[in-house]
Order: sequence, then C-alpha cells, then structure tokens
Amino acid sequence: MVQVHMTVNGEPVTADVEPRLLLVHFVRQTLGLTGTHWGCDTSNCGTCVLWLDGVPVKSCTVLTVMADGHAVRTVEDLERGGRLDPVQQGFMEEHGLQCGFCTPGMMLTARWLLDRNPDPTEAEIREAISGQICRCTGYENIVRAIRWAAAHPHAVEVPS
Amino acid sequence: MTVVGERPNPVGFGRMLRKEDVRFVRGKGQYVDDIQLPGMLHGAILRSPHAHARLVSVDTSAAEAHPGVRAVITGKTLEGLKLAWMPSLSHDVVAVLATDKVRFQGQEVAFVVADDHYTARDALELIQVEYEPLPPVIDARRALDPGAPVIRDDIAGKQDNHIFDWEAGDRARTDAVFAGAEVVVSQEMLYPRVHPAPMETCGAVAHLDKVSGKLTIWSTTQAPHAHRTLYALVAGLPEHKIRVVSPDIGGGFGNKVGIYPGYVLAIVGSIVTGRPVKWVEDRSENLMSTSFARDYHMRGEIAATREGKILALRVDVLADHGAFNNTAQPSKFPAGFFHIFTGSYDLQAAHCQVRGVYTNKAPGGVAYACSFRVTEAVYLIERMVDCLAAELHIDPAELRLRNLLRPEQFPYTCATGWEYDSGDYPRALRLAMEIAGYAELRREQAERRQRGELMGIGVSFFTETVGAGPKKHMDILGLGMADGCELRVHPTGKAVVRLSVQTQGQGHETTFAQIISEVTGIPPEDVEVVHGDTDNTPFGLGTYGSRSTPVSGAAAAVAAQRVRDKARIITSAMLECAPEDLEWEKGRWFVRGDPTRGKTIQEAAFAAHGSLELPEGVEGHLDASCVYDPPNLTYPFGAYICVVDVDRGTGKVTVRRFIAVDDCGPRINPMIVEGQVHGGLADGVGMALMEAMAFDEDGNHLGSSFMDYLLPTSMECPSWETGETVTPSPHHPLGCKGVGESATVGSPPAVVNAVLDAIGVRHADMPLTPAQVWRAMNGRPYRTDLAIP
Repeated sequence: MVQVHMTVNGEPVTADVEPRLLLVHFVRQTLGLTGTHWGCDTSNCGTCVLWLDGVPVKSCTVLTVMADGHAVRTVEDLERGGRLDPVQQGFMEEHGLQCGFCTPGMMLTARWLLDRNPDPTEAEIREAISGQICRCTGYENIVRAIRWAAAHPHAVEVPS
Repeated sequence: MTVVGERPNPVGFGRMLRKEDVRFVRGKGQYVDDIQLPGMLHGAILRSPHAHARLVSVDTSAAEAHPGVRAVITGKTLEGLKLAWMPSLSHDVVAVLATDKVRFQGQEVAFVVADDHYTARDALELIQVEYEPLPPVIDARRALDPGAPVIRDDIAGKQDNHIFDWEAGDRARTDAVFAGAEVVVSQEMLYPRVHPAPMETCGAVAHLDKVSGKLTIWSTTQAPHAHRTLYALVAGLPEHKIRVVSPDIGGGFGNKVGIYPGYVLAIVGSIVTGRPVKWVEDRSENLMSTSFARDYHMRGEIAATREGKILALRVDVLADHGAFNNTAQPSKFPAGFFHIFTGSYDLQAAHCQVRGVYTNKAPGGVAYACSFRVTEAVYLIERMVDCLAAELHIDPAELRLRNLLRPEQFPYTCATGWEYDSGDYPRALRLAMEIAGYAELRREQAERRQRGELMGIGVSFFTETVGAGPKKHMDILGLGMADGCELRVHPTGKAVVRLSVQTQGQGHETTFAQIISEVTGIPPEDVEVVHGDTDNTPFGLGTYGSRSTPVSGAAAAVAAQRVRDKARIITSAMLECAPEDLEWEKGRWFVRGDPTRGKTIQEAAFAAHGSLELPEGVEGHLDASCVYDPPNLTYPFGAYICVVDVDRGTGKVTVRRFIAVDDCGPRINPMIVEGQVHGGLADGVGMALMEAMAFDEDGNHLGSSFMDYLLPTSMECPSWETGETVTPSPHHPLGCKGVGESATVGSPPAVVNAVLDAIGVRHADMPLTPAQVWRAMNGRPYRTDLAIP
C-alpha cells in the first residue's frame, strides 16, 4: 500500500492505496464520488474524465499514485454554493444529455474549454469533445449546450 | 439573466426541460455500478479465449485459496443447482457457465466472488482451465457445409448448425410477377454484426435476504418485469419474493433487454455467500459477449417496369445467430419484423425466406435500436431501390416519389400482411428535398464531378413498425406485450403515475408526466413518474422496439382519461348537476353554458377524498389504472437525405450534411423527440462508416474494445438538419407513434447510398471505411464480417 495525499474538489484527502489502483476506481469507490463513470478502460470513451491540476484527463488510465500531490476536480464540484455552473444549465436547456452517463465528463471538458476560450466556435467545441463518446445525443445538442453556456457565462440560481 | 426552469412548463405537450436532468447534471444519477451495500462482495467472470473448444477440466483450487476470495463458481457448481443453462428468448437454451464446451470467444467459464473487484480479477488468473480446441464455424456462409463442425452437440441428435427456416409472403405470386417483369435487379449485401455499445456496460447487484427470503436484483435492464418473471421461471424462486430494480440506465439500445449470465451469477453468488454481490462487466466483455445486432447476409431481387414502377421483391437471408439462438423478439416471428421488407412502396407481390444458423460467435441479433429487425429490412429495400435507380438511370428521389404509398391508400395492407396505420409519404420526402435543396445539390454534384471531385447524395425512406405488440399476434416466451399503468391523484391534486416501462435516457420522467398533464390538466411538474421497480409498478414488458409511447404511453393516456371521467362524476356531485351537463377544458370541468360554475381537477381530487356524498356505485379517491393491449402496431416514417464528400486518394468519407424529416405523429415533447432523432442519425453514420465486428479464421473477435470497435464522435457527425410532418396514428389514444429507433433504422441506407453515389459503385458492404471505399473504387470491396484479406 502507498499513502497518497491530494486535494479532491478542494478538500484534502489522504488514503492508503494499492499502487495499481486506477484513479477512476479511487474516486468512485474509495471516495464515493460516483458522478465520474467507468466506460472502457482504454481511454477511448471519456466517461471517466475529471480534472487533474485543471486539465481534463481520462481517469481510467491514470493511477491514483500519479495524482499524489495534485488537485483532482470532479463533476460534483461544478455546482458551487447551490449555484449550477452555466455548463450544467446549458446541458439542461439544450437537451445535451439523455442517459446522463457521458455527461459529467462532457461537462468537465466544456468547462475547461470555456475557461480558456469563452466564445468557442462550433468547430472548436467539436474538437474539444472529440475524445469523448456519447451514444444518445448525436453531439448536436452537446454543442448547443456548450454554446448556451458561452452565451450565459454567469451562474444563476436554479429553483430546486 | 436566464434562469433555468423559470419559464412555465406547458400543461401537456410541448417543449419542456427534463425533470430527470437535475440529478444527472450534478453527477447524482444512480446507476447500477453506483450502488454500494453493506458487506457487498464483487464478482468477475473468467471467459473463454477460444471460439470453440471442449472443456476438459477447470481447477479452481488456487483461486479459492487466494486471500479475499469468497467463492468460485463453475459450470459444475451450477449443474448441481440446475442453473448451468437458462432458456433463451427464442426457444433455445443459453449456457450460464460452460459445462461441456465453449462456443464463442468470451463465453463465461467461471465466476469468482471476492472482497473487491481487483481481488476477483486476480483470482481469475489463478483458475486453470484445460481446453481441447475444436475447429470453429466463423463464416456463416459455410455453417451448413457438409462436415462443418457441429456447434450445438448439446442438443440431442443435432447433426448440423441449422436453427430455422422461415418464410413470409406469396412465393408463387412473387415468382410469377418476376417472370413477367421487364427489369430485374439483384444484389447481395451484408448488414454486418454491430453492437449497441451503451456507454454504461451491463451489470447487476444481487442481494438475497436470508431472513425474509426476498431476492433484490438491481440490474441494467430495459425490461424489469419480464426479468422478474424469467428469474422465477428459471430459478424456481417465488415471483413475489423477487424484486427487480432498474435504476438509472446508461443507455440501452436493446443491449439490456435479455438476461445475461452475469446477472444469474450475481444471484448465485449472493445465495452462496449470503451477502450482496455486484458484477459489472468491462467494455471488452460487453462487446464480446452481450447482444450484438444484425449479421444478416441478404440477397435481394427487385422487379420493375422500364418506366420505374416497382412490382415485386424477393429476398433470401442467411441469419447468423451465434452460438445460441437468443434473439429477443415476439416468438411467432423467428426473423423478427424483417418481413416488413416491402418498406414504403406499393408492391404487387413479395416473398422472403430467412435461414438461421449457429456460428461460434456470441448470441444475440436483435439489438441496437433495430425495431425487431426492421433496420435490416429498411436497409435492404432502400439499397435495392437505389440499385434499380442506377440500372434505370432514374434519379433515386424521383424513383421513390413514383413508387411511394399514396396518402389515400392508408390504412394499407402490404404484400406480407402488415397493416400500416397512417401516413403521407410523398409530403415527407418532398419536405426533405426542399430542406436539402435537392435540385441544387444535384447541380453542384455535377459541377464537382467535372472537376474530378467525389460528392454523393443519398436518399432513404423508411417505414417503422413499432409498439409491439397486439396480444393476438405476438408474445415473448408466452408473455403478452400489454403494458400496465396506474395513476393516483393525491388529495391536494398532485399525482403519481406508475409505469411498466423503463427509461434508458428517453426522458420518461418528463414525457409521461406530460401525457398525464395533456389529458388531466395537472401540470407536469405535479406528476411524479415511478418506474423501474417491480415492487412499485404494474406489470409490462419494458422499453425496447420504440414501444414505450405507443403501448405504455397509450396505457397512461387511458388511465388519465379514466381519472378525468371520474373527476367529472365527482364534479357533478359537487355542483349538484348531471355529469352530462359538464364540459371539459384542460384541467377543469364546468357547467355547459355557465363557465363560471366549475371545479378544477385539483378541487375534485380533494373532494374525492373528503366527505362529499358520491353517486351510488362510485368509490371515493381519484385514481385509475389501465392494461393496454394495442390494437395494432404504429408506423412512424421518414425521409432522409445525406450528402457526403469522398477523398479520391484515401477513400475517406466526410458527411457534409444530413437532413432528416420524421413523422411520429404528435410530439409529446419536441425537444426530446429531436434528441432521439439526433442520436439515431449518429448511429447510422457509425454503422455505415465505422462500426463492424469481424472475426478471424480462429474466431478471434476483431472489435473487442473501443480501440477496434469504432464509434462516431463529434468529428464524424455533421450538424443534423431536421424537419417534421405530423400524421397521427388513428388507433393510439393520443395519435402518437413512437420515435426512439426511427433514425437508427432509416439513416444507414442514406449514408451508404450517398457514398456509393459519390464513387459510382453499385454496392459495397458496410462499414464504408476508407479502406473499403478505396477498394470499392478499385473494384475489390471486401467482406466486412471476416478479417480483411
């Protein structure tokens, strides 16, 4: 077992893990953050995307020990202080999700894109999410959702 | 500033944001793999590396001794429990764990239950299996060769790999029309083996409570009630002691209709260990062992006049069903709904024969939004029409317009006996052509051809057959396909509706609330939709084949009508008038001629639970239920046009535009309907250009991960252009027809027709990868079900 220290969604986390433990399983099983999903094992589908030091990574091919000393951010951290991220709102407004399985990874990539490029073109959005697969939406409404978020950059209250 | 959800929802049909999204966008969906129970153990399956081999011995001693391992289950263990085999959905059996032979690569051989998933996987490595490899049957076209290895020697007396022969239509009449036809075109084509590959793989958590005797199974199932009954029949467990829960499902597409060995093994694991057991497959297991789709080797012949009047169609199919016949479909049709292959055209005669064979591949066949094989049927006819268009030098859109059913022919009984309920086909195709700017596209194509550029325009028209199905015609393992619905209005006018169908992303929590709202006037946000739990919902066969709206949606509408009718009686008692004197406006009964005298449905609900004296024979409370047996299937349809550019040097296809006009009757929630269409169009691009599961001569699966089984991404998909016409179904209470699979059914031929139009080749099989297109351009397209020669 190896001891790791990291921050997850801003909170310090210390744990003893097997060196082989994948980050996706650490986040889901050890920490119980099940918004990050396990889809393919081969870095192809992107349902396991989370942020490592502010960059989207596919956590099915990252070892937990590689996150030692680093900052992890998952979908559970998109909503802050009871306010949804505009990306979350955009996915609702534009029907950017159906089964919801790829959605957390898609939204985290979208947030990363918008942080760097607040007004992306359709082509830039398509390229940004090109490493992630959605079987339900045909991508059109995901693109629209991210465009919606770009057009509405300020987080707003959402009635529960 | 825009606030989500601030705008009022429609009362009834209309665009409305999805109620379920509030949890999904927060990462708070609850999928099977998210379930954690106290003391839960984890299972993993050892799978065969061979396509065909005799099982000589399985030594589990080292695995059992491994720290953290709680149980190792083999075929022998299951034989003792009489669970080594389970019935298939098509009058065959399926091995839960192999006992005598393995019959496909990836077949289940042993099951380890351990403290955690990693330990269970470690222990798989410690199981020693001795195999005696046997020659496999990989090429379906050789499966019936004399001397071919017999795959199913477990069936007494079985001497070959034949499953069934089946035919539909009038052979003699069809032959006669062909004999007299001016033009006959024939074409062989393969609809390759593809896979639904939902983003969430299949899995289950089983928990047998030894005190109460209650078995709870959380599983990735599109049909929780059917599963419960099958578990009762297979395992001999009392049905009232089984609860199947289908929580959030990460996409189904038909992949999650059947019962997989892993579900049964999780149950056995829980029985053996006395603790909850979770089993979730990985992606390779999903692709290699669970329900694939298609694998139809088809030969079509089309007869026509020289002027392009289509007269008849003759089809011969070889169906590769894999090692066990486990297609999920209404039992009277071994080829599913394939015999609706006459499509959208008025033919004098048609005949098809389908021969099913075993091969050393995974079982399945009916999956991937196929509408019980309407997908294969539409592909066949739409390719044949294009082949005829090429033969006659008639524009393919024009040829279709000349032959499409006319509105006045509905209800229309086709040559193989299906009664199409309603449609206006030429209007849909003309609208698609208008959106596309069809004539201008053809002009552009001609100009580009002059410059040596390869641009293609593909047209397809489809008639879907959904809403399975009328009890008089179909059942699955003796279970009729009616769906139940229970609607209860609480005293304060809020409601709960309980469904037998199960969403996998289709948005039932929203659209079924809208159905109730449309009929009763109760706002959709006041209607709670309960589904996916057999202890809390009425019986029904689940969600697949685009059946939720046509069957369960009808059940919900009828239950809501009954609630509305009862509210009328209650209102009449409240107002001391006759029920006949009341008129309905959405949400309220009022006295005819005096609109100020009325009661809302919420007021009626409260009165129904109060001291109001009701007419004799009328019970209190405000609720109703319905079991809906559909009188007929529904027939959504659509016209699709695809525009592609092909790189002459590499064969790479770029889908430039895709225009889809769909008619599914009235749209409950247009936003959701459009989303369903988008997803299906992406499926079509994937199947036409990228997806196929081929096998090498040893039976190795050549598409066993997402490294090899390619799915469309945002880069392969264009921005979809959609349009609609609305032709209500005359027999559905709300006129709705269903739409979930329409685009998956209709889009592949449009893409293929476009690519072949671009390169000027009569036919090449899907997937039209750059290699296949390049070889087709050079006269050597290859078989896509086998390793590339």
